Amino acid sequence: MELEAAKMIGAGLAAIALAGAGVGIGLIFGNYLSGAMRNPSAAAKQFPNLLLGFALAEATGLFGLVVALIILFAF
Amino acid sequence: MTTNPMHQFEVYKIGPEINLGGINLSFTNASLFMTISAILILSLLFFGTKKKSLVPSKIQLITEMSYTFVAKMISDTAGSSAKSFFPFVFTLFMFVLFCNMVGMLPYSFTVTSHIIVTFMLAAFVFIGVTIIGFVKHGVKYLGIFVPKGVPTILLPLIVVIEIISYLSRPVSLSVRLFANMMAGHTMLKVFGGFVISLGLLGGWLPLGFSVALTGLEVLVAFLQAYVFAILTCIYLNDALNLHH
Repeated sequence: MELEAAKMIGAGLAAIALAGAGVGIGLIFGNYLSGAMRNPSAAAKQFPNLLLGFALAEATGLFGLVVALIILFAF
Repeated sequence: MTTNPMHQFEVYKIGPEINLGGINLSFTNASLFMTISAILILSLLFFGTKKKSLVPSKIQLITEMSYTFVAKMISDTAGSSAKSFFPFVFTLFMFVLFCNMVGMLPYSFTVTSHIIVTFMLAAFVFIGVTIIGFVKHGVKYLGIFVPKGVPTILLPLIVVIEIISYLSRPVSLSVRLFANMMAGHTMLKVFGGFVISLGLLGGWLPLGFSVALTGLEVLVAFLQAYVFAILTCIYLNDALNLHH
């Protein structure tokens, strides 16, 4: 296989990591919402935790994106 | 047809080239936008605290809001003993926030979309927190690698995992900010390219997407500054209050 073509395929495969980030972010917001619906008075207190969990989940997906960019541009 | 979406991250020098013992110290567009962010922060704090009135003006309100926001964040996550680190966390938060926000303006340069800038900040936090931990607790600080209530048979495994997770802190802290900023700005430019290539007939849909994404990116810019600051607070909490 041509090296250039292999790089493109590898970068595309590395971007699959973002699917996991999507699932994680969906779980976090969904669970926060269902929890907030059950107990609205406790919802505001947990908002910082929501943002933190969102950022942590998104970051793991973006690591995959970084790998894709490294494959494309650094090699 | 379309320009390279990575073109926006190019660093070029402004003015004459300065070489100091083989190290290139030229003034670049990155340094220009860092200076702009710093001047913006300084002028906000200067004009916000110049005329202190009981009924605050708009700019004083913004200054007080940012102060109480960071102060509350520190006392909530790291406890009252971390109050003395307020200037550090406040500086970090405001710098990252303003770099992100200035980067959202068209034709500007996002300083935080470069790994070396964010890694520098994260390495500063990591080394600082480690020194604080050792100064405060001495050799006992190594106990951070031994979580409470773990069966003895599992300890060799847990300690190795804890050490790896501790050492990967600066990497995850810097890559999170860098990847978020870079991915967002690349996405904006890709959608901008769609508008041009689809032309007057079909270009309205990606234009609408572009506007919505800009709103999302402003949110992300704030959120990442917040996460950077709050993770710094959490690391400070680990170092100051061992096993709590």
